[in-house]
Order: sequence, then structure tokens, then C-alpha cells
Amino acid sequence: MEQGEDRYWRRTSSLMWTMLALWAFFSFVIHFFVNPLNEIQILGFPLGFYMAAQGSLIAFVVMLFFYAWAQDKIDREEGVAEDE
Amino acid sequence: MADQAPAARGDFISNLGKIYGLYTGGFFAFVIFLAILEQLGVPNQWIGYGFVFMTIAVYAVIGIISRTTEVGEYYVAGRRVPAVYNGMATGADWMSGASFVGMAGTLFLLGYDGLAFVLGWTGGYVLVAILIAPFLRKFGAFTVPDFFSERYGGNFSRFLAVIVLICCSFTYVTAQVYATGIIASRFLGMDFTVAVYVGLVGILLCSMLGGMKAVTWTQVAQYIVLIVAYLIPVIILSTQIYGIPVPQLTYGQALRDIGALEQNMLTSGLATAQSLKPHIQPFTTYDPLNYFALILCLMVGTASLPHILMRYFTTPSVREARLSVAWSLFFIFLLYFTAPAYAAFSKLEVYSTVIGRDLDSIRPWLFTYGQLGLVKICGADAIDVAAIKAACSQIAGHPGVIRLQDFSINTDVIVLSTPEIAGMPYVIAGLVAAGGLAASLSTADGLLLAIANALSHDIYYKMLDRNAPTTRRLIVARILLVTVAVAAAYTASTKPADILSMVAWAFSLAAAGIFPALVLGIWWKRANTAGCIVGMVLGFGICLYYLVGTRYFAVHFYETWSWLSNASPAAIAKFNELKAAWMNAADGAARDAALVALDKHAQTIANWWGVRNISAAIFGLPVGFLAIWIVSLLTPEPSKEVQEMVDATRRPRGQTILRDKDAPAVAH
Repeated sequence: MEQGEDRYWRRTSSLMWTMLALWAFFSFVIHFFVNPLNEIQILGFPLGFYMAAQGSLIAFVVMLFFYAWAQDKIDREEGVAEDE
Repeated sequence: MADQAPAARGDFISNLGKIYGLYTGGFFAFVIFLAILEQLGVPNQWIGYGFVFMTIAVYAVIGIISRTTEVGEYYVAGRRVPAVYNGMATGADWMSGASFVGMAGTLFLLGYDGLAFVLGWTGGYVLVAILIAPFLRKFGAFTVPDFFSERYGGNFSRFLAVIVLICCSFTYVTAQVYATGIIASRFLGMDFTVAVYVGLVGILLCSMLGGMKAVTWTQVAQYIVLIVAYLIPVIILSTQIYGIPVPQLTYGQALRDIGALEQNMLTSGLATAQSLKPHIQPFTTYDPLNYFALILCLMVGTASLPHILMRYFTTPSVREARLSVAWSLFFIFLLYFTAPAYAAFSKLEVYSTVIGRDLDSIRPWLFTYGQLGLVKICGADAIDVAAIKAACSQIAGHPGVIRLQDFSINTDVIVLSTPEIAGMPYVIAGLVAAGGLAASLSTADGLLLAIANALSHDIYYKMLDRNAPTTRRLIVARILLVTVAVAAAYTASTKPADILSMVAWAFSLAAAGIFPALVLGIWWKRANTAGCIVGMVLGFGICLYYLVGTRYFAVHFYETWSWLSNASPAAIAKFNELKAAWMNAADGAARDAALVALDKHAQTIANWWGVRNISAAIFGLPVGFLAIWIVSLLTPEPSKEVQEMVDATRRPRGQTILRDKDAPAVAH
């Protein structure tokens, strides 16, 4: 029993750290490179500007729906999901 | 009777799609109806009144229908709000009047650097989802301070959390009430003070009788109005200019055109390198340190603001709480990824039809806002052609056409003027006003409830009178709600410039005061009471010290910390010069003026490593985390019960940890 719970928390934590790393990438790291990215143009958007105005935002939204799905999957597999 | 109410509510919840679908259809029909009235010659002012009073009346009806006498309904809407609707309500709760009206203007002025706000106010939801919201939902708290008290034992940590909550929420709610006053007075020509109190009535009607339950369902209605109002004008504009009704895609073209116009203005002498900030060029206003510090502080602040966190107490399950954060961000994203399009289209309009124009052929929409003091040309309000000509002739060597440096525009104008720029009928401008009003009212409601609930639940019920019966608790809650609302309206009616500029502080204060103790409380079992108290006091204290010190005691702050300031030798010399001038000035007006000049200059150099005070949490956060970590390790670990409680918080299955004796346990 205790072991199952430890494993649940380990999987939950590693999902959290993965999401946190992605968050840091789209919040900060990608924007460190705004000047080189601006050299690339898509539909008139310089890519560095685009990432701050739309790209990172889209990534955040997709990440959160993915997270809700992935965490729910962990809950079910480890038997700690809520009853429907 | 008691059995009937939940059944009726179940009906309501299962019919939500139909109800809000009808509502949205009704809203469109209403807009079309007003458009027809306008064509028939009904005066603009009537159209404006129609929008404002009709929408407020609808919110009020929802607020009154949702009245409740149950504590669980009042504080957490009975924990029955489905993920999607809670997402919409959070979107309205989150996006303030300033976001709605001012965000695009900030992007207009700052270009790329303004995107720090777009990023900061969206990315924080990732932290909410993965670190906080689902766990607080499982915990079953009524308020954020509830969690502090249970997790860290005792009322002192609860009290600290209440203090932080009130510090960051009160200035914020005052600014919202102020925004309702501005919008109502600008569109309806009401006196500002009267408009503030009309806004107050609108806010109270939505929240007083039904608490969280009523606020939830009005916020959903307000979200629909605000997003429709935000998207429609810019969609029409995009279709007019580029033939494609997706402004978020077409403004790439506008950006390119802006870049070309910027080059032209520089070569033809219409702009100087000093006055022109190229729209897409990064770090023209903030240096990289401040840009990234601001993003971090806004994000962490988002994840700490109690009026947002408490929205996730209302979902039926932990699973829905997670999904609800994703929906919240999606609904917020719809507005924030459109704001840069507004900014680009407005800039294109200004650069192509204002700058370089002969003074005689200025576009008329400028005068509408010039008369309100929001557009200035050559330093004077753009009231009419004569006024501009008079002002420009004062400037030596003025070429007779408008140069970039002659032109200044208030950030609020960008969104408000778009319907006029595109030559749309007045009904669209009225729609925008209704949207801005919805945005301010909904945010004000959420904040007000957060403050009043902290006072009534945490201070009154949990700390003063543990045996208060339900009816008395709800009466106290309502009295406090009205009191806080009136205090906020009164403060707003005095037009306090300081309060408005302090709103940006709320994010740093919340981040430094709440985030470390909240996150470690869930993710680190070893965090204990002593660590929490020291961490909150130090983190919040340093943040507050930096904010107040750099803003109100700049001279003293600079002199204490001159070795950490990034002041250039020239700035230091100027400081010494101004200081000497102040010391030597004769008593009276001259001395006061010298002090003002000294203080103004000191504010630009009173800093640690050049960090602007809007990002003060960059110091408070690490201090808060470190203090909790060190002090917790130096003191005994939390009791076994507390550690088991943390385990239960992390596990979605099972009952909530806190259960109110009056609220029926929600079974699934």
C-alpha cells in the first residue's frame, strides 16, 4: 500500500518537473534568443516576436490540456483517481 | 424545501449549455436591435445607456436568482461548477478593466517589451495547474488562508495570509471600481463620482446575495460579453484591411508595413532615433534583466493571487480542477493573443495616416479623444485644428506636418478608438464600452469576495467566534462585503493616483508573501510552522521594503544602498548636485521644489542592480523560499498528523480534508 503511494507520488513529481521545465523553456529560454529568431519570418511575423506574442501562449494552453490528461492517467493507473 | 433546492440546481447545472447559449444569442440579438435603432436615428447617448443598463440589469438578475442561505454555496458555489464554466468565470475574474482597455495600448507604446505582460499574465496558469490548484481543491478549503492555518497549525499563519491577501487585493479592487467609473463617465457623460457609485451598485447586486455562487454565474455571463466585445471590432478591422477575418494572423503583414514606415520616417526626418522605438525590436524599454524579472514576477503573482486560486475551490472534483485551469487559460488566451493585433493595427493607422500629415487634414477621430485629454499633439490636447496649429507654431522650426515626437496618446485610446478608426457605427463603440465594464465589474466582484471572505470566514468565524451559527456567519459575510465595497468605491472616487500605480505591486506582493509557503506546504512535507512564519514575514517584508523604499523614500533608499545601485557616474553627479541644491535652498517653496526634483531623480537610481520596483518579488521570492527551508530544517519536523494530511492532499481519491460542519459533504 505504502509502496503504491510512493510510486504514485514519484510519477506525479516527475510529471510536475517535466511540465516545469517546459514552462521555463517557453517563458524564458526561448526568449533569450529573440534577436536571432527575428531573422526568420513567417507570414510577416519575425519569429522571435511571434513566440512572445503567440507561440509561447499556444504552448502553455496545449501543455495544460496535456497535463490534465497525463495526470489523470497516472491517477487511474495508480488507483488513486476519484470515483466518477 | 431543503431537498428541492439541490434538485433544482442539478437541473440548472445540466442545462448550462442551453442557458448560456440562449444568453449569447440574446446578447447578439440585443446588439442587432440597437444597431437598427441607431440606423433609425436614435441618438448615440441612448445607445450607450442601452448597453450599460441592459447588461448590468442582466448581471443583477443572475445575481439575485443565485441568492443562497447555505454556507457552502456562499463560499464555494457548492463545489458544483463544471470545468469549462469555471474556466470562463476565471477568465472574467482575471481580465480586469485595465487588461481589456489598456493592454493593447501598452503594447502600442512598448512594442516587443510590452509582451512581458502578455507572457506574464498567461504563463502563470501553468504554475497554478501543476503546483497548486488541484491540491487546494482536494484540501477543501473555503479560503486560501484556511490552507495556511491547517497546514501550518494555528491562527498566526492564517492571520499573516489574511494580511498579505488584503494588501494585494484592496488596491486592485479600488482600481477596478475606478475603471468602471472611467468607462461609465466617458461613454455616458455621467459625473465621475456618480459613475463610481453606479458601478458599486452593479458590483454589489452581483455578489451580495449569492456570494461565490452568484459571482460565478455572473462572471460567466460577463466573460461572454467581454470576449465578444473585444474580438468583434478587430475582426471587422482585419477584414477591411486584409480581407481575412483572423486579425491574429493578418497582423504579421501589419508588422511588416510598420517596419517599412518606421524606416521611412527616420529617413524623411519625421522621427528621430530617440523618439522612435521600433515595434519589434526587443529591450528598448526594459533591459533583459528587467524584462525577464517582470515575466517571472507576473507569473508567480498570478499563481498566488487569492481571488484566482479560490475559483478552483468550486469545481466538483480534483480532476475537474486541473481541466478547469486549462480552460481558464484558453479563455484568457483568446483575449491576450488578440491584444498585439490591436496594437499593430492602431500603430499602422497612426503611422500611415497621422504622422507626416498636414495639420489641416488630421483624421477626425483624433479630436474625439483630444477633447477628453487623451491625445496630445505638439504638447497640447488635440481639441481641433486651430488648437494644434497654435501649439505647433510655438515649436521652433516645426515643419507644419505632424512628426512622431509631436504625437502622444493615452494607452486606453487604442481599444476604444478602433471602432471609429475603422468607421464602424456607434453601436460597436457601445459594445466595447459594455465589454470594458464587464471586465472591470467581474474582476471587482472576485476581489471583493476574496477580501470579504477572508474577513468573515478567517477572521470572524475561525478566529473570533468558532460557534457562530450559519445565519449569523452569512449576515456578517454580507455586512463585510458591503463595507469593503463602499470603502473601495470611496477610495476610487477620490481619484488616488498612487493607488492606481500600486496595482502592479499586487503581483509582487502576492508572489513573495504567499507563493513559497503555499508551494512548499504541498510539495515539501518537512516545511513547518516556524519556517512558514519566518518565510512569509521575510519574503513579504523585503518585497514591501523595496517597493515602498524605492517609491516613497527614494533619497534615503539610494543613500543606504548606493553601493548596489546601477546609477551611472553622470546620474550620481546629478544626484549630488540636486542634493546640494536642496540643502542650500532657502526655506519655503524653493526648498520644496528642490526636494521634488531631488526625489524624482532619486527614484530613477534607487534600486538594487537596476531592478525596477514592479519586479520586487525577484528579491522576495528567493528570500521566502530560503527562509522556509533553513528555519524548517533547524526546528522539529511537523507532527505525524500534519504529514499524513499532506499525503491526503496529494491523493485525489477520498474526501476533502476540511469539512465545514454546516456544509453537506459532497459525494460523487
